[in-house]
Amino acid sequence: MAPLLEVLKIRKSFGSLVANRDISFNVDSGEVLAILGENGAGKTTLMNIIFGHYLADEGVVKCAGRELRRGDPRAAIEAGIGMVHQHFTLADNLTVLENTLIGTQSLWKPMLSTAEARQKLVALAVQFGLEMNPDAYVHQMSVGEKQRLEILKTLINDCRLLILDEPTASLTPQESDGLFGSIRKMVSSGLGVIIISHKLNEIMRISDRIIVLRAGETVGTVRTADASKRQLGEMIVGQKITRPERRSSRMFHPKIKLENICTRKTNLQATSLKNIDLTVRGGEIMGVVGVAGNGQRSLAEVMSGHSKPTSGNVTIKGIRAFEHTPMSFMEAGVAYIPEDRNNDGIVGDMSVWENAVLTETQNAHLIGKMAMVKTSQCRSSAEKICSANDVRFQSINQPARLLSGGNIQKLLIGRWFARSPEIIVACQPSRGLDEGAISAIHRSLLAARGGGAAVILISEDLDEILALSDSIIVMYDGYASEPFENRNVDIASLGMMMAGDGFNAV
Amino acid sequence: MIFDFLEVLVNAGFWAATIRIACPLLLATLGELVCERAGVLNLGIEGIMSIGAMVGWTAVYMGADLSTGILAAALVGAAFGLVHAGFTVYLGASQHVTGIGITLFASSMGYFAFRLLLPSSTTPPKIIAFQPLDIPIFSELPFLGEAFFQHTAFTYLAFLAVPFVLWLMNRTPFGLAVKVAGENPMALEAQGIDVLGVRTLAVIIGSALMALGGAYLTMSAFDAFYFGMVNGRGWIAVALVIFASWRPSKALLGALLFAGLDAYQVRAQQLAGAVIPYQFFLMLPYLLSIVAMVVAAKSTRYPKALLTPFRRGERH
Amino acid sequence: MRFEARETIPHWLPWMAVAGAGIGTLCFAAILIAAAGASPLVGFRELLIGAFGSRNAITETGATATPLIFTGLAAAIAFRAKFWNIGAEGQLYAGALAVTYFGTGLIELPPFLMIPFLLIVACVAGGLTLLPMVLLRQFMRVDEVVTTLLTNFVIILLVSYLLEGPWKDPYSLGWPQGAAIIDAGALPQLVPRSRLHLGFAIAVVSAIIIWLVQSRTVFGFAGKAVGLNQSAARHAGIPVTKTIICIGLLSGGMAGLAGATETIGLKGYLTLDLSPGFGYTGIAVAMLGNLHPIGVIFAAIFIAIIYVGADAMSRAIDVPTYLADVIVATTVLAVLIGLVLVRYRVVMRG
Repeated sequence: MAPLLEVLKIRKSFGSLVANRDISFNVDSGEVLAILGENGAGKTTLMNIIFGHYLADEGVVKCAGRELRRGDPRAAIEAGIGMVHQHFTLADNLTVLENTLIGTQSLWKPMLSTAEARQKLVALAVQFGLEMNPDAYVHQMSVGEKQRLEILKTLINDCRLLILDEPTASLTPQESDGLFGSIRKMVSSGLGVIIISHKLNEIMRISDRIIVLRAGETVGTVRTADASKRQLGEMIVGQKITRPERRSSRMFHPKIKLENICTRKTNLQATSLKNIDLTVRGGEIMGVVGVAGNGQRSLAEVMSGHSKPTSGNVTIKGIRAFEHTPMSFMEAGVAYIPEDRNNDGIVGDMSVWENAVLTETQNAHLIGKMAMVKTSQCRSSAEKICSANDVRFQSINQPARLLSGGNIQKLLIGRWFARSPEIIVACQPSRGLDEGAISAIHRSLLAARGGGAAVILISEDLDEILALSDSIIVMYDGYASEPFENRNVDIASLGMMMAGDGFNAV
Repeated sequence: MIFDFLEVLVNAGFWAATIRIACPLLLATLGELVCERAGVLNLGIEGIMSIGAMVGWTAVYMGADLSTGILAAALVGAAFGLVHAGFTVYLGASQHVTGIGITLFASSMGYFAFRLLLPSSTTPPKIIAFQPLDIPIFSELPFLGEAFFQHTAFTYLAFLAVPFVLWLMNRTPFGLAVKVAGENPMALEAQGIDVLGVRTLAVIIGSALMALGGAYLTMSAFDAFYFGMVNGRGWIAVALVIFASWRPSKALLGALLFAGLDAYQVRAQQLAGAVIPYQFFLMLPYLLSIVAMVVAAKSTRYPKALLTPFRRGERH
Repeated sequence: MRFEARETIPHWLPWMAVAGAGIGTLCFAAILIAAAGASPLVGFRELLIGAFGSRNAITETGATATPLIFTGLAAAIAFRAKFWNIGAEGQLYAGALAVTYFGTGLIELPPFLMIPFLLIVACVAGGLTLLPMVLLRQFMRVDEVVTTLLTNFVIILLVSYLLEGPWKDPYSLGWPQGAAIIDAGALPQLVPRSRLHLGFAIAVVSAIIIWLVQSRTVFGFAGKAVGLNQSAARHAGIPVTKTIICIGLLSGGMAGLAGATETIGLKGYLTLDLSPGFGYTGIAVAMLGNLHPIGVIFAAIFIAIIYVGADAMSRAIDVPTYLADVIVATTVLAVLIGLVLVRYRVVMRG
């Protein structure tokens, strides 16, 4: 019998970058296949080709022996493939039921029929332990619920092969366990599952077989039972890259202090802060953990002057801030590495050198008389920043959008750190980057800490938080926990708190 | 004096005028609403209304019957919708600039064609426009009859557009797809639905409605085509969509409210014209639109993918 | 067929695109002339004669280009910052109102002071007209396209009121027009006995100054960043709102200058038909000029040739003058296609 899914010699390039090079593999029903590889290894591209979002340059995808129509998600869905994307493909303005209806009926039908769909939704939800209210609006749902809805959507389309792209990226450890429970139920009912991840631990737990990708190529296939973490780790990265280690450092005076900070909801997505009190000292990295959307972003914005609290004080180096603007906070020594580096970090259509000095519009060194920009000084300053931070580019005049994610982040960190900031607010600084860039960024953060800066590290990657932070706070629904010392916490209790445990004070 | 201003409100003519003034605004607002729900701002609206007015009128003037005139206007609107979608949906060009370009293009093409067809008419020729159609029994009601049941067929048609759009958006799979296209197009793509196709069809339908709004002016409200007769109604409709928070029922409310104020201003002008120059009354609709936008801006939730082009197979 | 983003864009490519758009537009115009039953070649010959055929024609083209350079700059400055100011028509009239208010006898200064003074008040009036819309967008997130468009109608009604009422020139024999600008405030002619006035030179100099400001100063640098990515600029500590307000004032100011030079240079008094839509045409000028101040000068001259030439052509071969408006509108759409082809290459496979 033909395997459930057969992938043959897939090849795909974007411009000059080869994302997939001759990749072939099979998946059988009742099997969990993990595709493992670091960010940028080509995992998501491969899945997007199987599901028909992208058109492969070469190669075929066969489902139960039949070749799939290329570049058409409809064909994949009809063949029984379902995909849960890393970025949810849900419409926030619609209900659960409406979201599951998308694409299940001909667009030209004069009336949506909902009764049958509602029954099927409820039945499937019960069968796989994915209960939810069909009439709830998606924008009211938590990340975990949204993910369950995504899985339900595929099951409603009678999916036989489920692709999960980084499914645990923003889940609490407990939610991940729940997800794995559902996956086991699905596998035992005969589904095949492909799970994409860069997290070794969970792959070892859930998968039967592992394919490792590196730089767009298959490095090897192993049975999970026969694999060791060390062997896989080397396969993922190729050469050995070690992340820097945190050594004990001296703590200095408080650099930034928040007292009883509350904020207003600025838009539907934001979570308002409620009575936040925290102090970060020089030489300290404070890790902030929490499920996405529990106020981390609002916290970062208050600490960087991007939003004004409705009550409470922000004190920077002992001086209370009155003017809550990015500019005045910058002058006070704050650097803010935003989460979305492409939209909030660089100006993609400006050159590398312009981006490197974008923060310096008040810098007297770079501005001549009549407010003229001293271009040559700017360029040499930019070159210094780039070489110090190993930012690789073809030309300093090329648009910054052409840089890789890692180089963009190194450029942003470089330009901020060149200002010798004393308070650094870093949001998801290593998300989506390859191992080399992650190590470089960790080294920069640790170096800043060693130099006496106060670092606030907001991350959804618990391993990163545990590796870098001196102290850790948990955020839930706009509240912040007391800080814990790193050595006193364990993942399970952090996970419980991320789900709201211990936040009963309202 | 104050009594005079209040008396207008119990005048059946005032209410009938409100209904008449609301029609083009209602059709245009619903049209813009359908486009924006799909994620496409259509600033071609002013020009599409203008060419709809011109084509509908010209078709009838050339001998077509009135219903054919309506059809012709809708088709031309749809065609310009297709052009707008071609630029903004398929090419991903700026929706703002394209819309302004379409407005300039559609209205100048309309004038050019009109002059070509009727080279030397100084006084605009007239057609026999839609005539009032009394609804049996109801039209004989005192006050209510004159206010609401002695309108033209086109007027009733314009109000039927509300249930049509409500049905389209809330009861059909296509409407569901339109709403998703304007919120998170990847959710359609992930179900194998052609985002660009859905958006394009929505813009075509919406533009056809706009053109009908224009045609109402030349085929029901008046019986001739003048240059510049749309006179900012399209822009007002864009403001009304925001005021209506992208809901068809609130669009009806907004159009009626607006038309009521406009009808009232005309009557207040007659009462107070000696004291306050007429230009200030004429400014009211435009100023009110701005006010309506300001009032709605803070509370309303935009379709999330409005103004954002979608490209298949591009790395997101 | 599909689009693939270009990795690098040679700096000449956008200029090729606008040039191609201009040529494409003329081809479309040829089809329309043929549709009107005339020969396109004859039509274009008449058009060129109309725009260049005599001393009078050339100066007339320059005179028409003058307000177009200003409104083109108004649109180019704002669009570059992704601020969609479609209100240049209203701001133009605001500038004209300001010079009428101050220039008809309220203040009398010698010409070397009077003219700069009038230009400054017009600039300020235009800028202040746009300012509320800038503030509404930045602080209340009210879409500026609709507000600026609607303001055009309001201001034109205001002009109508003033010209029919308090500001009406009693010597105008019943026509709604303003009193004449005093001699000290009138712009001198550049070419004697023509309508080409000093305003043309002022427009060109303004374009050059704006180009220098945009390309050399911190304000230009900040403006570029704000236009390309407002959020990233804010995160880099650039005062975004302040920058946009300055850009808005400058944009409105340029449109105000268009109204001023038309009033004190061309007509000598304010009328209700001062502008046949120069504000809207400015959008086409800006697009065709690739939003570059120097490009705007050439684009304005191109469009002026179309306008002045089309009048002559229309008389000669009996094609409606609205053809000029069609051409202007078509350039906007053609440039948009060109700009897409600049960013993306068309790949014919898959």
